[in-house]
Amino acid sequence: MEDMLFYDRLQFAFTITFHYIFPQLTMGLSLLIVFFKGKYLRNNIEKYNDAAKFFMKIFAINFTMGVVTGIPMEFQFGTNWAKFSELTGNVIGQTLAMEGMFSFFLESSFLALFIFGEKLMGQKLHFLTGFLVFLGSWASGWFILATNAWMQHPVGYEILDNGKFVLENFSALFSNPWLIPAFLHNQLASVVTSSFVVASIGAFYVLRNKQIEYGKLFLKTGVIFGLISSLLVAFPTGDWNAKNVAKYQPASFAAMEGIFETEEAGAEIVLIGQPNMVEKKLDNKIAVPNILSFLTYQEWDRQIPGMDHFKKEELPDNIPALYYSYHIMVGLGTIFIGVMFLSAFFLWRKKLYTLKPLLWTIMFLVPFPYIANLTGWYTAELGRQPYLVYGLLRTTEGISPTVSSGNTLFTLLGFVALYMLLGLLFLVLVGKTINEGPKHQTH
Amino acid sequence: MELFWYIAIAVVLAMFFILDGYDFGTGIIHLFFAKEEKDKEVITKAAGLFWDSNEVWLVAAGGMLFMAFPTFYASVFSGFYLPLILVLWLIIFRAIGLELRGQFKFQMWKDIWDASFGVSSLLLALFFGIALGNVVRGVNFGGVEKGVSEYEAHYFFLPLWDSSFSPLSKTPGVIDWFTIIIGIISVVTLAIHGANWIILKTNAAINNKLKGVILKLNIVLAALTIFSLIVWKIINPNSFDNFIEKPYLLVFPIIYFTGLIGLFFIKKLKKDVYAFALSTLLILGGITSSLASLFPVLLPSVNTVNEPLTIYNTAGTEYGLSVALNWGIIGFILLFVYMIIQKRLMGGKIDNMDYGH
Repeated sequence: MEDMLFYDRLQFAFTITFHYIFPQLTMGLSLLIVFFKGKYLRNNIEKYNDAAKFFMKIFAINFTMGVVTGIPMEFQFGTNWAKFSELTGNVIGQTLAMEGMFSFFLESSFLALFIFGEKLMGQKLHFLTGFLVFLGSWASGWFILATNAWMQHPVGYEILDNGKFVLENFSALFSNPWLIPAFLHNQLASVVTSSFVVASIGAFYVLRNKQIEYGKLFLKTGVIFGLISSLLVAFPTGDWNAKNVAKYQPASFAAMEGIFETEEAGAEIVLIGQPNMVEKKLDNKIAVPNILSFLTYQEWDRQIPGMDHFKKEELPDNIPALYYSYHIMVGLGTIFIGVMFLSAFFLWRKKLYTLKPLLWTIMFLVPFPYIANLTGWYTAELGRQPYLVYGLLRTTEGISPTVSSGNTLFTLLGFVALYMLLGLLFLVLVGKTINEGPKHQTH
Repeated sequence: MELFWYIAIAVVLAMFFILDGYDFGTGIIHLFFAKEEKDKEVITKAAGLFWDSNEVWLVAAGGMLFMAFPTFYASVFSGFYLPLILVLWLIIFRAIGLELRGQFKFQMWKDIWDASFGVSSLLLALFFGIALGNVVRGVNFGGVEKGVSEYEAHYFFLPLWDSSFSPLSKTPGVIDWFTIIIGIISVVTLAIHGANWIILKTNAAINNKLKGVILKLNIVLAALTIFSLIVWKIINPNSFDNFIEKPYLLVFPIIYFTGLIGLFFIKKLKKDVYAFALSTLLILGGITSSLASLFPVLLPSVNTVNEPLTIYNTAGTEYGLSVALNWGIIGFILLFVYMIIQKRLMGGKIDNMDYGH
């Protein structure tokens, strides 16, 4: 039983981590593509259209990877988490089915048209197809977040005698107080990733002294979008989410902030330190007193319950991983704001394109927004433990009763091998596309 | 309400097999008949332009099944664990085969991805047929051994095969000689369908030859169909009762046989689209007949201890199903609208469309 649970969780964690590399770029990038295409419609300058089409190529590669790694996610609810599906399908099946029907269809039908249909449709319709792709990908995020929000903070349900969750109020799924902050935070974080990707490709072109016109355009656009989204991701949306965790999942809040002991007169905020689970304290701690109470409740001496306040069965089962995920996300987010602020300043002073150290920094920062997005999700998912449906259904109760750990390990190994191949091919293709660049070709 | 969702999901599944079915078939034909690079390129394009918008029907079917029949979804997906994961992997190889072949110009690269596309399409067609075979044959619910269930009555776990390879075994596996026959029927049907799609959408040099191929495959298919019906009757003596009790259900087998018989006249048809329509009937009729023969059972039980899964004992609650009807109808209209827009804009022969670079 322990083994089954372990491999089921590991397989889900691995496949969802790999999957989420792709949608986080497609969601944010579709916004930037719509921006480029919209600019072109208004000013008729060819390079904006080239930019839109260039990024659509990168979008398309990501989309394919997202689709083929996304279908296993939907399937795994049934294959590895059968009991969870049986018990909750009546509720979250709604939002998952809507995702497939409304957003995924929209996105994939119009993506092909955007890529192949420019000559066929004329510029206005072409813009419209791009916009529909954007709409589809964001709607997809909306329905997935609605599903996750219900697992984090269940609403609108009733539990029958046989343990099944049944839907009682459909609209509650979408007015869930967890949903809007989580959705906005997630979407803005995906804009951060795409802004860094766009700016990073721009920095690469400028540093390499190739495709310079496009390089400058990408840098400028990436930095402006990047600054705005990095700021918004932290405040108000990040702040809003943290307050939700404090309110609805206080045990997880204590664990992610690393508060082992409740302090009577206001909680400190931990900047650095390693959780020591044996002695129940943080090693090498650097913390600032009272800030956490202020940030969470705007009261300096408000008491925040620490982990000592909760029973062991209610605390997340991997506290160090949760603590690190959260602190890595927050730390990286702070660095992004700093770098983007500096870049925007030099952009305004018209020095950015010649400031090589900063350009190198932007170029090499590109993996980090991905890490921040993923650790953000780890925070949410590890924080929800030991529950699948917070407070109501334990993770141990959700796995498939008939699938043995040997079978799951077999498929996990297969997924690892296959995804390594996919990752390699993805890098080759994206590298090739970036290397060729958007240079306008006259037929 | 259960009935509505049952029909809705059957329609979506049928759409998936009709639409993505031609992609699988295109892959099979590509694997065995495309020799010249020019043909290979245009044939991969005939699938490559469409596969992702066709695959969304599978995702939609999965989502709807999850919502409307959660117990069925849970039981079947965990019970058919290994074949389903294999299908997922094959879907990945099929997709990257199509997407990657055009990315580099050298022939070895193209050959690798052509093989990936062709072989995975062939295996997918086979596996989907085997899946259908399993659904009509039934499974050992509750993992019954010596009259005692090992787990909850509506769960099961199928090994890939049982040492007897027989559908009459008490603990049948995913693959036995009966499900293999259905698998081969599926391969032949989809190969015909794919060949029709290639003829319809391209000017490939092998198009004329393909009509002859279809004719031969159709003869094989007719023989296999009759054979499988006899076997089916032996395995499950009650398999045709539904059609006797409710004769209007016979419309589904009639759809199938219209397609089957019509295809013998493929060389006389005035338009290529008629042949494609006939193979569409073949798939539609095949799936709907199988479902109709089982109705209201979704998955039969091979033991007498545990009940089969039906649309009634696996469905969600009335409120959930009826509230989903509101968005479901809007969703359905949108699906068909998108599909029509897309197919219209990409109508006609696709030989000269840019793809992959």
